[in-house]
Amino acid sequence: MSNLALKEILYKMADDLLVFGHRNSEWTGFGPLLEEDIAFSSMAQDKIGQSQALYQLLHQLGEQEPDTVAFTRNANQFHNCTLVELPNREYDFSLVRHFLFDTADALRWQMLMQSSYTPLAQLAAKVRGELRYHTLHANTWIKQLGSATEESIGRLQQSLNELAPYALGMFERSPYEDQLIADQIYEGEKALEARWQQAIEKTLAQTQLTSPDWKIQTPHLGGRVGEHTEHLQPLLDEMSEVFRIDPGAEW
Amino acid sequence: MLDAGYWILDTRYWMLDSGKSIGPLNAELLSWLEEVKDPEIPVLSLVDMGVITQAEVDGSVARVEMTPTFVGCPALEIMKQEVEQVITRHGFTPEVTVSFREPWSSDKMTEKGKAALKKFGLAPPPASAQVFHDLEILESATCPRCNGTNTELKNPFGPTLCRAIYYCHTCHEAFEQFKPV
Repeated sequence: MSNLALKEILYKMADDLLVFGHRNSEWTGFGPLLEEDIAFSSMAQDKIGQSQALYQLLHQLGEQEPDTVAFTRNANQFHNCTLVELPNREYDFSLVRHFLFDTADALRWQMLMQSSYTPLAQLAAKVRGELRYHTLHANTWIKQLGSATEESIGRLQQSLNELAPYALGMFERSPYEDQLIADQIYEGEKALEARWQQAIEKTLAQTQLTSPDWKIQTPHLGGRVGEHTEHLQPLLDEMSEVFRIDPGAEW
Repeated sequence: MLDAGYWILDTRYWMLDSGKSIGPLNAELLSWLEEVKDPEIPVLSLVDMGVITQAEVDGSVARVEMTPTFVGCPALEIMKQEVEQVITRHGFTPEVTVSFREPWSSDKMTEKGKAALKKFGLAPPPASAQVFHDLEILESATCPRCNGTNTELKNPFGPTLCRAIYYCHTCHEAFEQFKPV
């Protein structure tokens, strides 16, 4: 089994979680309610921790130390989807993004529990329990606000429409797709995307929101091959600022 | 392929089968590890938290495997270092690893650990984390101070990854519960 294929999936997952964790942590101190401030901070910490565990797996496969990989690469070396690098804007935008991403993430980790790559399957078994709190939070708010007032429904709908193409970018196909499936690393992006659409629509059906017509969306691709929006580099600059002052420092 | 059996101190022996099966935890080594406490919950030892998944002595080497409670827990590194220090103090060479081989669940916390949490003012995790399908399991928590059940979930997220926040209507004060996971 080619290590390149395995490394590619590990990198894209780790990068998704690191960038998204950082974005979500930007709500710390700014959440609309104390409970939501704490919720996003806690979930961000979970995600960054999970990214570190994935960078650790990559390190065992010959990549550099997690801190080096996380804090010294530039935007064109990152494999996260563009969905997670977009700035936060208002809370409805973040809640919808949280709903779209975490639904996919939970399904992805669930798939990976059956992975032929044992360390990943073991990590997936652990992460699954933690992620239940994330999807519970997202689903609760989407259901609540998606049926509440004209304003809440309107805001969520607008964010949903705007984020739909970016969300589809999560499933950008890898050049190693067939190999990963053949080697039973996981079932592949196509299967994941189908499952995700079902799950999203199931929750949206319990609201007054309209699900996007996925067939007419143009997916915003490129993230998986290092083609990012102008928002990623400033995020990386800020995130790595302290580390880069003295990369050799002992913390 | 089976490796040869080992005698551990004067109490246990186990068979190592190509690294796939782990023997029973070495009792004496575990007793040393009781000294290592959770940095944020000083009444709770690593042993009672259920994070020690392997403890064996092999000649002059003491091998310990730990499993993280939450993947993002920042206390793990500190606890790992303390485990190494405790082993060194007892005159052995430490080999401490972190692994998800046996993933942690709040079910692994011992009764002793749960009692220690409660005495400290933290509600222990409910009996079975596996029953967690919906928010309902979180909604009932017993107040660690007055044992009252007139309590309310304020936030499934708390000041650390492992805690949820509740309010007790009998005590008129908040408390935290160790999250089932």
